[in-house]
Amino acid sequence: MSAAITLKPLATAPRPTTSTIEEAAWVRWLLIGAALAFLVVFLFLPLVAVFTEALRKGAGAFFTALGDPDARAAIRLTFIAAAIAVPLNLVFGVAAAWAIGKFSFPGKSLLITLIDLPFAVSPVISGLVYVLLFGLQGWIGPWLRDHDVKIIFAVPGIVLATIFVTFPFVARELIPLMQAQGSDEEQAAVSLGANGWQTLWHVTLPNVKWALLYGVILCNARAMGEFGAVSVVSGHIRGETNTLPLHVEILYNEYNFVAAFACASLLALLALVTLALKAFVESRSRQETL
Amino acid sequence: MSIEVQNITRQFGAYTALDGVDLKIETGELVSLLGPSGSGKTTLLRIIAGLERTDTGRVLLHGEDATDIPIRERRVGFVFQHYALFRHMSVFKNIAFGLNVRPRRERPSKASIRNRVHELLRLVQLDGLGDRYPAQLSGGQRQRVALARALAIEPRVLLLDEPFGALDARVRRDLRGWLKRLHEELHITSVFVTHDQEEALEVASRVVVMNHARIEQIGTPAEILSRPATPFVRDFLGQDRGGESVESLRPPGRADFALGLLTGAAPRS
Repeated sequence: MSAAITLKPLATAPRPTTSTIEEAAWVRWLLIGAALAFLVVFLFLPLVAVFTEALRKGAGAFFTALGDPDARAAIRLTFIAAAIAVPLNLVFGVAAAWAIGKFSFPGKSLLITLIDLPFAVSPVISGLVYVLLFGLQGWIGPWLRDHDVKIIFAVPGIVLATIFVTFPFVARELIPLMQAQGSDEEQAAVSLGANGWQTLWHVTLPNVKWALLYGVILCNARAMGEFGAVSVVSGHIRGETNTLPLHVEILYNEYNFVAAFACASLLALLALVTLALKAFVESRSRQETL
Repeated sequence: MSIEVQNITRQFGAYTALDGVDLKIETGELVSLLGPSGSGKTTLLRIIAGLERTDTGRVLLHGEDATDIPIRERRVGFVFQHYALFRHMSVFKNIAFGLNVRPRRERPSKASIRNRVHELLRLVQLDGLGDRYPAQLSGGQRQRVALARALAIEPRVLLLDEPFGALDARVRRDLRGWLKRLHEELHITSVFVTHDQEEALEVASRVVVMNHARIEQIGTPAEILSRPATPFVRDFLGQDRGGESVESLRPPGRADFALGLLTGAAPRS
């Protein structure tokens, strides 16, 4: 035991940060300029337009539009749908990614494909599926009517459609990472006496925490912004089954532009907050992997 | 504690990893499972640990049938080839993990866990590195953390899967001698898997040579060298005696690199 072992970490050579292969100045400026122009026209201008339209008649009209009972109901419903859909998809996403990333079982590739289904089909179809199932002419619609359960054209339908559309986000973020990490650490944990719950809580989840947060942020953004699927099942009842995106559409169709853009600016703000959170999460996870 | 496996067979689809293997390891031995890749040695080690199930036969630990005992209750220390350290935990937390996950009434007090971890850090010569994270350690240091972590649960046997396989040649030689001395000090029944003849012959008190899912020969290093039981054993040990054959497949280590520069040859990449 007295053996002196001199172990030194291998020195890593500093990586060159600038490339020595560079194009001529005018080529660089042309490319950068084209990219910037594209960004301004397609991303920045629309964002500016939303806020200028919303504030066209002053801050007073802006806040009056947001204070409208129907607008407030739409905001509340949007939050309710996201507050139910996101946690459920979080649990589902972790469970699915864990099963797919850490174990092999028959039907695994089928499960992976199924998880992608909501991305593959048009949101309108997603909504129609629920109408076909739970609508009055649908498979279990009559039974639901007899038992006085309302799903379609009511809040449960909106929540269901939102869950379906945002289904893949968390699982999609986690699966590749969990597959790359393998199950060595889990095996080590179990060999040290940890049970399944301890392994998940102390080993698996901390290793994917940034990807998980990233998935939740994207899932939430989509849950609050979803239009197509929710539109089909909502029935557009003002103050009852309108989410924020649906409310924007109704206001716009009534030529109530200030109110429409005021509500739209809330969604745009949500997008900006999402992007900021996403950038923060990405920089933190990069720091930790370095 | 003794380890005995009886008539172990394991198939992966059409592939036979182990074919009716019997082996008895006495208390306090340091045994090496030696063989080329695909010979079934790692599968055998994982079956002894409980990480893999066996299709037939039994695993006895200390004379008791442990075949159906799950790994978390077997109290075996397992050291993984690629360390498998918990990357988001400090070295201290890694080593303390096995004690911290015990049910509350069996869990040692915080103070005694701390003492135990520091004792183990001293044992693996990493005192003062408890606050580091695995990514901040060299390969050899990580391997010793993995060993300390496995020893923390006071395992009844220590199982090591290619413990030095991922390290460069010089570190590997250092750790080899160190593992042997550690075993002399702790006297815990230990089994390690290797494909490196030199490593097996130098470290182990007995060597189990495996090939094609079967055991070819069991004996002390001297017996195996002087009286190889089968042509395979003779051939396998005959390959220029040691790790060199394996090392030549690896990218040049620092020593090779320096030599390359001295002779003016362009370093291989």
